[in-house]
Amino acid sequence: MTPLRISIAATVASILLILVVLELIRSRRLRERYALLWLATGAVLLVLSAWRDALNTIAGWVGVTGYPPAVLFAVGILFILLVLLHYSTVISKLADQNVILAQRLALLENRVLEGEHEPGGPLAERPDLTLR
Amino acid sequence: MSELRRVAIVPAFQEEAVIASLVLEIKSFDPSLDIVVVDDGSTDRTAASAAAAGAAVVRLPYNLGIGGAVQTGFKYALERGYDIAVRLDGDGQHDPAELPKLLEPLARDDADVVVGSRFAGGDREYRPAFARRAGIRWFAGLVSLLTRQQLTDTTSGFQAVNARGIRLFAADYPHDYPEVEAAVMVVRHRLRILEVPVRMRERELGASSITTLRSLYYAIKVTLALLVGIFRRRVVPAEDA
Repeated sequence: MTPLRISIAATVASILLILVVLELIRSRRLRERYALLWLATGAVLLVLSAWRDALNTIAGWVGVTGYPPAVLFAVGILFILLVLLHYSTVISKLADQNVILAQRLALLENRVLEGEHEPGGPLAERPDLTLR
Repeated sequence: MSELRRVAIVPAFQEEAVIASLVLEIKSFDPSLDIVVVDDGSTDRTAASAAAAGAAVVRLPYNLGIGGAVQTGFKYALERGYDIAVRLDGDGQHDPAELPKLLEPLARDDADVVVGSRFAGGDREYRPAFARRAGIRWFAGLVSLLTRQQLTDTTSGFQAVNARGIRLFAADYPHDYPEVEAAVMVVRHRLRILEVPVRMRERELGASSITTLRSLYYAIKVTLALLVGIFRRRVVPAEDA
């Protein structure tokens, strides 16, 4: 059986995680989309921490006989891996969008400069003034 | 009173088949209504087709999703000083013939945000599938509870807003299924929201982009956003009651 103090400490930590995530959403520093996985992590860890019989049972299933809290670590690490993997996909998407934005901006700048140098444009008489 | 400046915001993603006829249809029903099509990163000829039909076109560099696209429209309306903005989706499900029902309450200043509802007695033939109906019920109940006002169709994107609504939505607009959260936001900012019964059309082409598993994800996400949203600060000062 998991030592009681470990259960209590893990329960408190899980609740703290959930509260911090909720506060981050509230203050708009974290979007709901990216918070769901964190909330799931907190919820699963909370259940496994507080419901000691369940942790024991799962430890039995996966063959952890000596020290049930090891399952808590394993589950915690698994969820951290999930979050990291999710973030890798998010970063990839952001990088792709960043490229598209830069290209779009460059093409727009090109159009604006061409317009400025056209006859009647603000820089029509100053072909020397182009890109800085 | 001087003539109110009004604009129709039409978010569109891959709608080259229907966007031009929709733009022309809006024009024929209400020639004084300006139209801005927000092309949400389409790779087909949506933008060109809309422009050829005579709409102003704002082309997003990549797909932002419905919330980001619609908010772009509200920012356009705010920057250009429109008094009233009405949103019709680019797939043609919102019938321009129903526009007067949405615009009249704004003209009478009975509301700041008018939502066309399929359930407020307007369209008894509209029978969505079970999962969709369950979701619609869930959000109608939750939003009605949070706003202390009976709302029946919280996922309807057929909406018209006045200048106050434009200012609020330009400052903050939710992402997926934005209408649900927006309804609560509107009430929290002490704007008046009103449902009017409308009929909606079947989508002319293409399937709805939402699958069951994704719906469940969105349902959880939007519920979370609604519940956390109650504790958020206001993004623009609340209107005086």
